[in-house]
Amino acid sequence: MIELLEEVRERAKRALNKPSKYGPDVDISQFSPPPERPYTLDLIRANAHLLASVGIDVTEANRSGSYYQLDQEAVQISVKSKGLTVMSLKQALKEGIIDDYYWKAVPVDLDKYTAVAELMGNHQGYVFIVEKGVKVEKPVQSCLLMSTPGAIQAPHNIVVVEEGAELHVITGCTTMMEKAGLHAGVSEFYVKKGGKLTYTMIHAWDEETHVRPRTGVIVEEGGEYISHYINMTPTASLQTNPRVRLVGEGARAYLSSIVVSKENSLMDVGSTVYLEAPETSAEIVSKTITKDFAEVVTRGTIVAMAPDTKGHIECDGLMLSSTSRILTVPELDARHSDVTLSHEAAVGKLEEEQIFYLMSRGFTEEEATSILVRGFMDVKLEGLPEELKRQIEVAIAMAAAGL
Amino acid sequence: MLRVEELHVEVEGKRVLQGINLAIRDGEVVYLLGPNGSGKSSLIQTIMGNPKYKVVSGSITFNGTDLLKLEPHERAQRGLGIVYQIPPKLKGVKLRELLRRLTHMYGTSMEEVEELAKKMDAYKLLDRDLHVGFSGGEMKRAEILLVYAQRPKFILLDEPDSGVDLAGLPVIGEAIRGLLEDGEERSALVVTHTGHIAKYLSGSLAYIMMEGKILCCGELQKVLSDIEEGGFEACMNCVMAELMCYDRAA
Repeated sequence: MIELLEEVRERAKRALNKPSKYGPDVDISQFSPPPERPYTLDLIRANAHLLASVGIDVTEANRSGSYYQLDQEAVQISVKSKGLTVMSLKQALKEGIIDDYYWKAVPVDLDKYTAVAELMGNHQGYVFIVEKGVKVEKPVQSCLLMSTPGAIQAPHNIVVVEEGAELHVITGCTTMMEKAGLHAGVSEFYVKKGGKLTYTMIHAWDEETHVRPRTGVIVEEGGEYISHYINMTPTASLQTNPRVRLVGEGARAYLSSIVVSKENSLMDVGSTVYLEAPETSAEIVSKTITKDFAEVVTRGTIVAMAPDTKGHIECDGLMLSSTSRILTVPELDARHSDVTLSHEAAVGKLEEEQIFYLMSRGFTEEEATSILVRGFMDVKLEGLPEELKRQIEVAIAMAAAGL
Repeated sequence: MLRVEELHVEVEGKRVLQGINLAIRDGEVVYLLGPNGSGKSSLIQTIMGNPKYKVVSGSITFNGTDLLKLEPHERAQRGLGIVYQIPPKLKGVKLRELLRRLTHMYGTSMEEVEELAKKMDAYKLLDRDLHVGFSGGEMKRAEILLVYAQRPKFILLDEPDSGVDLAGLPVIGEAIRGLLEDGEERSALVVTHTGHIAKYLSGSLAYIMMEGKILCCGELQKVLSDIEEGGFEACMNCVMAELMCYDRAA
């Protein structure tokens, strides 16, 4: 393991100046790891309301486990469900239980942000492992909170869903500072044969924070990966493009993202799915709303490499200001002839006839707009427990109300 | 009383209504007939306040209030309701959610709305996106549910019987009658091509529109049979002229 870590560090060092393929480049030298200081749970308790807005339940009543990270320290870990392991990355590395997963779904030298996670991330992050055949009913939550101005938060997260197991993860990321920071989180998810993982991520950053999540997912035969991503606040810059590999026959993926971009936010949000085995299928749905001077690039890529595979991309953009910009880039890459790939993309503003229709029923123009915006953000919330669905609906309603 | 006087209206620079006079008393149901493109829907949209329809001159008052000074939502809140001929599709907007908000806004009962939905065999529509993929009959049912949640004093019904199959017509007719005859004094202006809907509703006076004008009025069944025999021009021989119609009501 030590040799492996050394090799990984060497590769990371070489990538420290490697810009990302997409999104604005961030000068990482202006950020540094936060100074060591004692963190307590009080800070979390005091921010319960803020955390609730990103789906975190501090009472943990409807959770099977929790992981709280403040800046770069794991401050609270709990687990209530049998067959579920919740651990910090540091502990998991020490126990040697993630050697097969560490930097295996995301290359450590992908770009400078993965390098930062390895070299400056304090080897923290959450590790969730569900045993074979165990279906964990209640979601496990992870809360990533930033509190030190000018600091880096770079957690490295690993989720393993063993054969036939099932897990719902909700991650809420937010900040309680109003100064610049860099969040570069790495997430590696492994769904084994017949397993199912749903992953819900709610982001609420601020105008000063740069966000570069790096996610890699590997799904085996008959496995299922469902992800819902919601970003509802202005962010200095955000770039992410989770890469999902369906490597086993019949595996499937559904990825939805709802991105609300306001003020001067720059966002480049995409998803890439590789259909590597026969009969795999994927759907990518993105809903983007821009206002003020925000600029958003929405990417969706499906690469079909095996027979009898199916893929569909849907990119919808709604512009609430004429000074914003939306660029949609749906890509279908067929490397086999027995594939069914399609995409739809539509960008526009709200239709006046629809606004009048609602006003003629008694809604003010503002209410009518909010109803339509909320409707625009509607995505299928399949495969989620009721409680998570409600949480996502609340987040969407809050995002719509803020427009 | 809804009163329209000397109303001239333009859409994108084109005159669509040319001096309409119309008066409908409280509790009265009147019909509006006319060939396609004669201005029937334009009149309904203008009364409701669609900004696409620019009022050049004339007035519309409802119980003495100048409607032209009010936004569409204010008109609705004063008791005006509309059943659209072809409503827009609202993706992601669930019918149930809109009904819930409307019953809240107008102080009506969601249970009663749900009951009517069941009666109209439209309960399954509640959890669908409004009008997305709806058949003609389903659209009408949804429109009636929405207006039922509002319980307006005056309802503009734009071809409530078009696109509805024969089996569906009694369902829709009964639902509209139930809404109009609930003990409160409610009135309606009903656009119809066939007059089928009139079998279920009270009222027998029909106005005939052509080329943006109301030409005349008469007893609905008589007018319909005249039109059937000799077209819209023929019915003018046996009915009152426009101003007489207006005076009758006013």
